[in-house]
Amino acid sequence: MSSKEELLGYYRQMHLIRRVEEEAARAYVQGKIGGFLHLYIGQEAIAVGCEAALEKTDFVITTYRDHGFALVRGTPPGAVMAELFGKDTGCARGLGGSMHMFDGPNRFLGGHGIVGGHCALAAGVAFRSKYLGSSDVVVCFFGEGATNIGGFHEALSLAGLWKLPVVFVCENNLYSMGTPLERTMPVKDLTDKAPGYGMARDRFQGQDVLEVKKRLGAAIERARTGEGPTLVEIITYRFRGHSMSDPGKYRTAEEVEERKKSGDPCQIARTKLREMGVSDDELTALDANVEAEVQAAIKFADESAPALEASMHHFVLASDAANAAGHEGEAS
Amino acid sequence: MREVTYRDALREAMAEEMRRDSTVFVMGEEVGYYQGAYKVTRGLLEEFGAARVVDTPIAEAGFAGVGVGAAMTGLRPIIEFMTWNFSLVAFDQIVNNAAKMYQMSAGQFRVPIVFRGPNATAKQVGAQHSHAVEPFYTNVPGLHVVYPSTARDAKGLLKTAIRSDDPVVFLEGETLYGLKGELPDEAEDETIPFGKARIAREGKHVTVVTWGRPYWTVMELAKQYAKEGIELEVIDPRTLRPLDHETIVESVKKTNRCVVVHEHWSFGGPGAEIVDRVQREAFDYLDAPVLRASNLDIPMPYAAHLEQKVIVDAARIRETIQKVLYARGENHG
Repeated sequence: MSSKEELLGYYRQMHLIRRVEEEAARAYVQGKIGGFLHLYIGQEAIAVGCEAALEKTDFVITTYRDHGFALVRGTPPGAVMAELFGKDTGCARGLGGSMHMFDGPNRFLGGHGIVGGHCALAAGVAFRSKYLGSSDVVVCFFGEGATNIGGFHEALSLAGLWKLPVVFVCENNLYSMGTPLERTMPVKDLTDKAPGYGMARDRFQGQDVLEVKKRLGAAIERARTGEGPTLVEIITYRFRGHSMSDPGKYRTAEEVEERKKSGDPCQIARTKLREMGVSDDELTALDANVEAEVQAAIKFADESAPALEASMHHFVLASDAANAAGHEGEAS
Repeated sequence: MREVTYRDALREAMAEEMRRDSTVFVMGEEVGYYQGAYKVTRGLLEEFGAARVVDTPIAEAGFAGVGVGAAMTGLRPIIEFMTWNFSLVAFDQIVNNAAKMYQMSAGQFRVPIVFRGPNATAKQVGAQHSHAVEPFYTNVPGLHVVYPSTARDAKGLLKTAIRSDDPVVFLEGETLYGLKGELPDEAEDETIPFGKARIAREGKHVTVVTWGRPYWTVMELAKQYAKEGIELEVIDPRTLRPLDHETIVESVKKTNRCVVVHEHWSFGGPGAEIVDRVQREAFDYLDAPVLRASNLDIPMPYAAHLEQKVIVDAARIRETIQKVLYARGENHG
């Protein structure tokens, strides 16, 4: 594949995430989506760049800002949208919602809602690789807000000790919800934490998908060849609020506009593609193709049957015998 | 049949399951080279090696989570907590991850994991080391909660737990490890199903539901009561979730009286759940209110004489049984 075709593919994925997220925001306002909704807009280059550096047999696990990761792992946009809409055709049959998307066959280990709580799971999946002698690598994403909580530290502690094939990637979007980094951390460079766990480190700007692919690729390679884990800090920016309910009073509109202008991963890729000789017509056609896919996803989600009551009873315990023994909460 | 301690019964269960399934491994603090803080894992390192008997740093949240991640992707971890008291720093891993993954992923990720270790009061170890954790974990849909009282149940239930496709909270009585019991030969490969209570002693006057250390106190009391012409029917639930309420309710329909005896604190918990079940399902059969004998509802003090006042003992159990029998005085008969 030429580098032009490669970048076109990444651009398409980033644009797809962008459009799915924009439509999710719209659907949220329309009342089709409930609960929390954390959008990935502005950070698309990270999920796409990571996937480009991974094998399909590798594992990915992340936080509640997870729609983009489901999409790059291979979950159909319709299944993502249907999950948001609480439909039976969703990637977790409407039981998980925005924060808990899963895709077993595509080895997407989920979106997780407790900050730092999933980091040890990543270490556990990497432990499984080592135990089975498999070369599967795990990439674990979290925000900078997670780097102060115990779950994060215990996971890195064990992964470093056992040299597990895992890459811990901090997507530093500068604000843990509404609190800027300088008010939550005494150091500026959060990879300063890596040496304490005997692990390699890397730190870079994450708006250019090719840069993300190259740098994460190196960390993934280290993990795959038995050199142990890496703590990576990718500096990025979310263009929307922490969630849909965030009024965004902690940063100025000018700051957000400036970031959108200078650091939009989709625009950066478009500029590069033009430099590579891709015409505006080609890009317009590609965007139209994505648009058709997104509209089909919305239609699919709209028309799908609601999540089933049977599902919520069925997916409690894997052992049917236990279900039959009955500790269900019947009316009393 | 042969005599084996509760401790060795647990070890046999782990060793046998590790022999039959290479995905089963043990992980925890001091489980390998030290041979287990309570010697439950004695000899496992020598037989299975350090890759399958994994010593960890003191990081319960970390290694409990490692277990959940490994279980999600095909292994069958046995995570030993040195005591269940320390599980409280891993509570998030057990409750939010182990118990919820199957549901959140709509069945795409199973978590076949056993969390095990000693539970409830030991002797003069103070407030932080004396928790009986069954009320915390029985409140969580998505978990099995198992609590064997005898050596035979310990082995058979642990084998079932290891083979289960769901997360199991496996509570071992800290003061029961040295107790001996009769076990079938290893070749019999006995497993004991979840959700089936054991009628430890048949009787017609009062149903006593109990587990853990108080189970043994009740069994002793039952002998004394028998001499007085009162027959206790003693039921050990064996698994608190799922709870075999049918066996309990059927018994109460026969005896018309029920006492629940447990070592967890009295507010809520499986003790209260059993009372609720009995009053709902056997209301018309009851000749007395369903009562409980439990630890006093205060943090565990250190001083021996105070600790003894808090822990449920034979006198408190007897007093409670006397009440449902409408018998007067400390000494019935």
